[in-house]
Amino acid sequence: MAEALLFYTLAALILGLGVMVVSARSAVHSVLFLVVNFLLVAVLYVTLNAEFVAVIQVLVYAGGIVVLYLFVVMLVNLKKAPERFSDPRRLARSGLLLGGVVLALIVVVVSSSLRAGMASEGTLSGFGTPFTSGNTEQLGWVLYTSYLIPFELASMLLLVAMIGAIVLAKRHLGD
Amino acid sequence: MLEITPLHYSLLSAALFMIGVIGVLVRRNVIIIFMSIELILNAVNINLVALSDQLQDLAGQVFVVFVIAVAAAEAAVGLGIIIAFYRNKETVNIDEIQIMRW
Amino acid sequence: MLDTVVIPLLKIAVLVNAVLVAVTFLVLMERKVIAWAQSRLGPMRVGPYGILQAIADPIKLILKEDITPVKADRHVFTLAPIMSLVPALVVFAVVPFGPDPLYYIGDINVGLLFIISVTSIGVYGIILGGWASNSKYPLLASLRASAQLISYEIAVTMTLVSVILTTGTLSLVGIVEAQQESGIWFAFIQPVALVLIFIGGLAETNRAPFDLPEAETELTGGFHTEYSGMRFALFFLAEYANMIVISAIVVLMFFGGWLRPFPNIAFLGFLDLLPAWIWFVGKVFLFLYVFIWIRATLPRYRYDQLMSLGWKVLIPVAIGNLVVTGVFKVVF
Repeated sequence: MAEALLFYTLAALILGLGVMVVSARSAVHSVLFLVVNFLLVAVLYVTLNAEFVAVIQVLVYAGGIVVLYLFVVMLVNLKKAPERFSDPRRLARSGLLLGGVVLALIVVVVSSSLRAGMASEGTLSGFGTPFTSGNTEQLGWVLYTSYLIPFELASMLLLVAMIGAIVLAKRHLGD
Repeated sequence: MLEITPLHYSLLSAALFMIGVIGVLVRRNVIIIFMSIELILNAVNINLVALSDQLQDLAGQVFVVFVIAVAAAEAAVGLGIIIAFYRNKETVNIDEIQIMRW
Repeated sequence: MLDTVVIPLLKIAVLVNAVLVAVTFLVLMERKVIAWAQSRLGPMRVGPYGILQAIADPIKLILKEDITPVKADRHVFTLAPIMSLVPALVVFAVVPFGPDPLYYIGDINVGLLFIISVTSIGVYGIILGGWASNSKYPLLASLRASAQLISYEIAVTMTLVSVILTTGTLSLVGIVEAQQESGIWFAFIQPVALVLIFIGGLAETNRAPFDLPEAETELTGGFHTEYSGMRFALFFLAEYANMIVISAIVVLMFFGGWLRPFPNIAFLGFLDLLPAWIWFVGKVFLFLYVFIWIRATLPRYRYDQLMSLGWKVLIPVAIGNLVVTGVFKVVF
């Protein structure tokens, strides 16, 4: 009962804030709603026994990436007339497309969850490490053994992105 | 209704995904489009974590860590491009980003 | 019901009030210590030796007119101080004041990461405060302040990783217990990390010599120039609460938290007569004194010096410390 209440409250807030992010007129307000949205998603992770991922969500997403967005919004969008939304034809087209997307998503979700329900007898989870609550150590273990090469690739990706961002943001190369 | 199953999380995730897609399609401000993409990534993450809990398999959470790393890389490069673009054309409206060079 | 709701709520109420009262007296302490350093008397009028100044200051701030600039973004302008104070208070949820579950609200197994991530939210208060004022100087100051905060956060987090390597746990209770077991404060095992975290903490709390975001003697007042009354008081509270947080982290990680000095020497057992939380609070106030002492002693850095110190000294040293710790961990 309490669990259901918590889930529905969180879900309603997450979706509501998502809508606010997309519909807010001012980009700074958008960023603010996005932060709160991410914090609530982190709370959702805690309810799913994923403390480490929740903390990383707050630390990297809310505390890092979104600060970057806020910086860029403040650099770019200081004195601007409110943005015009798209023309109605494009809205109609996006509406149609979205209808399709939603339908496909719901079909996929329902069918896959049915399959997951059938597989919950215990055949599916032979792949990784089973976990208990308080899983930081196990997550680190899996990350540095089974997923070592993806991990290294991710760090290379971050390095490349860092260099790329510096090159892009620098006014003139060579000074 | 009162028992929360992975289906509930998947539907939440689908709805959030949809909101993100609407944002990408409807908004013209590049920065807000980027934020909508972050929403989409979060929708995926919710699904991964929920199924990781359901199947008692850490792989889902490992994927979330990777998704967050890739999102950080994407934000850094994407916002770098936006800054470079703004410096040249003084706009962040995506409709005006239409020529490959100038 | 009693154990899961009522007692934690009571603890939260007590803790929040304790922190806020501690902050008011910290301000008084700062004024007195700086006065002493400069051969002055400091506040003397309110109460004996000016002790009641700690109560007079907040009353003044609350009663002052609370001005919102005409062109400000009203909602964000109000939200910004709240966003800067709340993370500073939330951190105390995982700070253990003693070994017993009575002395902390929660001991979670990602305690240290929780503190890092929650404090990283505090930067929003500063950025949004500067932006919402819709005024040039607060905006520039807030950009500078947040750049400073983010840069030093990297160094501090990297350093914390090397300490985590030594302890093998992220739980704050676990870290103190690890020091009890090894019988030595980590200050002696990780001295470089201690120095790095202390410098980083000074920068993250915008304290002298890194108080460029609000250098009163040079700038108009930084990101909170347009703030007055209660909303200014919230920023003020947040800054001092963050000082307490940094001191608490330093004490927990390097100076044995609630442990008495030399926890492994038996004949000093009489020191245990003092309750654990008094040791903890005493050590925290010792470090707060060091903060104030540094403010009274050192001149302010220039902004480019500050940035090059962060990026070219602290971060490389932190990485070096991490590597050395790892090598030691593998070899021994």
